[in-house]
Amino acid sequence: MSKKIKKKSTFIDMTAMSDVTVLLLTFFMLTSTFVQKEPVQVNPPQSVSEIKIPETNIVSILIEPNGKVFMSLDKQPDRWEVLKKMGESYNINFTEEELKKFSLAPSFGAPIQGMKQFLGLPSEEQDKIIMDLGIPCDSTNNQFREWMRLAREVNKNLVIAIKADQNTPYPMIRDIMNTLQDLRENRYNLITSLKNMPEI
Amino acid sequence: MAEIQQKDDGGGKKGKQKKFNIHVDFTPMVDMNMLLITFFMLCTTMSKPQTMEISMPRKDVVSEDEQEKIKASNAITVLLGKDDKVYYYFGEPTYDDPDLLKETDFSGEGLRTILLGRNQEVVQQMKELKAKREKLEVTLEQYKEQSIEIKKNKNSPVVLIKASDFSTYKNLIDALDEMQICNIGRYAIVDIVAGDLRLLQDLTHDGYAPELKEEIIYKEKQ
Repeated sequence: MSKKIKKKSTFIDMTAMSDVTVLLLTFFMLTSTFVQKEPVQVNPPQSVSEIKIPETNIVSILIEPNGKVFMSLDKQPDRWEVLKKMGESYNINFTEEELKKFSLAPSFGAPIQGMKQFLGLPSEEQDKIIMDLGIPCDSTNNQFREWMRLAREVNKNLVIAIKADQNTPYPMIRDIMNTLQDLRENRYNLITSLKNMPEI
Repeated sequence: MAEIQQKDDGGGKKGKQKKFNIHVDFTPMVDMNMLLITFFMLCTTMSKPQTMEISMPRKDVVSEDEQEKIKASNAITVLLGKDDKVYYYFGEPTYDDPDLLKETDFSGEGLRTILLGRNQEVVQQMKELKAKREKLEVTLEQYKEQSIEIKKNKNSPVVLIKASDFSTYKNLIDALDEMQICNIGRYAIVDIVAGDLRLLQDLTHDGYAPELKEEIIYKEKQ
């Protein structure tokens, strides 16, 4: 016990660690893009196609396995205009506040008749119920067609992208494609995830 | 690293060296960085979505004369059925021939071999072009132009993709994918007709067209 306890410094040099983390951080910041909030999670099928989707001016049509349809427009002013016009064609008068609230969320998918009520809800509630809504697109009440037509009217340069879940039955896709064909929208993109090109 | 060692000889008074270290503690910095990394990892995606560009024919234009141009011998009809199954037949359908329709799958040995076999000329030319591109003998623009030119080959097959109501979106994309892998330049997504359903029903007895009785020879286009 007479031995003197040596005092050791417990200092750990964190500089190297800091270097590494900063490097990683830079890497992530430069290579990744932010996840867009989507009302439903869809799992697109894989393809060998390597074409990238353009950055801006996209209207994407989200189709979930049960056939519910959601849409998203990437520009805020466009969303504002589209809802305004949509209101005009269905004789619903949206207030400034409602328009603003609508334009803040990137995607939408409520039937137009219930839109006013939907926009009145707080955003957490909206996220919860939007999964059960979706844009009606059957032949008698094809609101999807109207949204699409107005979106094209508002922004001529829109690129259409269809993002559907891989388990979506084909008839639902066919309905959407038929509607697009009716609107003379004959060129569009199918969003897929990448798989490697097999050797032939 | 994060310390500065200062040597001070104390003005040469006693000749004793005073040593003191200035440590900068980087731990909070690391903490913060880790937090930011976590945030970026959770809230961003690395992969940009890929897309497949398709153009559909216009509905209002009568495409019949265009369809006439296709030589029947070059046509391959691919039917997408239930449970990821694929069926195909060559040329003009004869609906009363039970051996016309054949079953295959989306694996490398299935549909792909059939399409590649029918498209050998184009595949060979594309291989040569790709080899040239790898040796950097052609520019990217030239490569694209030439590959379009090659795919226009008159003898290459024309594939009609007909998806039944029981197929899924994945099947459709897989079928379109095969077109790209096999370098098929001319293909179209066409609505399935009653005759094709009839063929499926005859082959599989799996409820594709329950209303069409199997004993009756279906007489479409006759």
